[in-house]
Amino acid sequence: MSQLAVTVIGPDRPGIIADVTEALVGIGVNLEDSTMTLLRGHFAMMIVCAGPFDEVKSALEPLRGELVITVRKMGPEHEHAPIGAPYMLSVHGADRPGIVAAVTRMIAAAGGTITDLATRLSGGLYVLTAEVELPPTAELEMLDRALEITAEELGVGVTLRPAESDEL
Amino acid sequence: MITDWSPARLDVQGAVLEVVRAPHPVLATESAEVDPLDPDMIQLAADLVATMRVSPGCVGLAAPQVGVAAQMFSLDVTNHPKTRTCHGVFVLCNAVVVEASRNEKAREGCMSVPDFTGDVKRATRLTVAGVLPGTTDQVTITTDAFEARALQHEIDHCSGKLFLDRVAGAHAVYPRKTYL
Repeated sequence: MSQLAVTVIGPDRPGIIADVTEALVGIGVNLEDSTMTLLRGHFAMMIVCAGPFDEVKSALEPLRGELVITVRKMGPEHEHAPIGAPYMLSVHGADRPGIVAAVTRMIAAAGGTITDLATRLSGGLYVLTAEVELPPTAELEMLDRALEITAEELGVGVTLRPAESDEL
Repeated sequence: MITDWSPARLDVQGAVLEVVRAPHPVLATESAEVDPLDPDMIQLAADLVATMRVSPGCVGLAAPQVGVAAQMFSLDVTNHPKTRTCHGVFVLCNAVVVEASRNEKAREGCMSVPDFTGDVKRATRLTVAGVLPGTTDQVTITTDAFEARALQHEIDHCSGKLFLDRVAGAHAVYPRKTYL
């Protein structure tokens, strides 16, 4: 048994998840973390699971064709230790190349790390939302200012706000 | 009056109980109504307050979280920065939501789901009716903001629901961020 990364992408149709996960459960694979989403007309799945590499490959073989499937063995798992407080980053504005690169570079320069990010394009509107962790050493005001300048250059709006949760 | 109530009125010493975690089946069980005069329930009320008190950051604890499928919870949002209206510390039996309005989304966590948080829409104006343990009087609480959110979270526990049952989207559950 090794930890495997399975990716699947293909034109959307009803039943992709059911087909893929049925094939996996049929050989005793247990899904661990996964994210599955519709990206324009393509359905995309990223799965980390534990299972026998060769059997997983052959179980998914019949689904290849319209679905592009990869199966890889993963190295030892590294626990992600949060580096600091969580924030939500939102960016929206007229679409143009370079928005994601410029904004994420600012986060990285402040020592921040992104734990989840999604972008959507609809008509001319581009929307980015991300979960960000910032280290306690990050200069929030500086980062805010840097993001503002970057956003101005790109002609988009940007907001970075705390995403603290309340214990109930 | 609920603000006149205090755990001392229960006249029993509360014990600190173990808090159960999902996927424990009691957390998914609809709890039974309780008799607020039943000595066992009065003891449970004291235990809930005692357990809530020793749990850092805990503002509310429902009976299912200590393994008892009973419609009872303790609450105390005093001093929380998001609290506006506050009724202090109290325990409520057989609580029901009478009126709820003005939903707002916020991220919440739960002692029984220690590894995740989630975005949940909840009413910020709320009226709840219930009975104080050791009494037969129906009390009505009208509140807002954080106390309203906490009340709905605890009432959900009594119906066998976790915040995971109410998250605001497929991407609204997050690994818990604990950092030093």
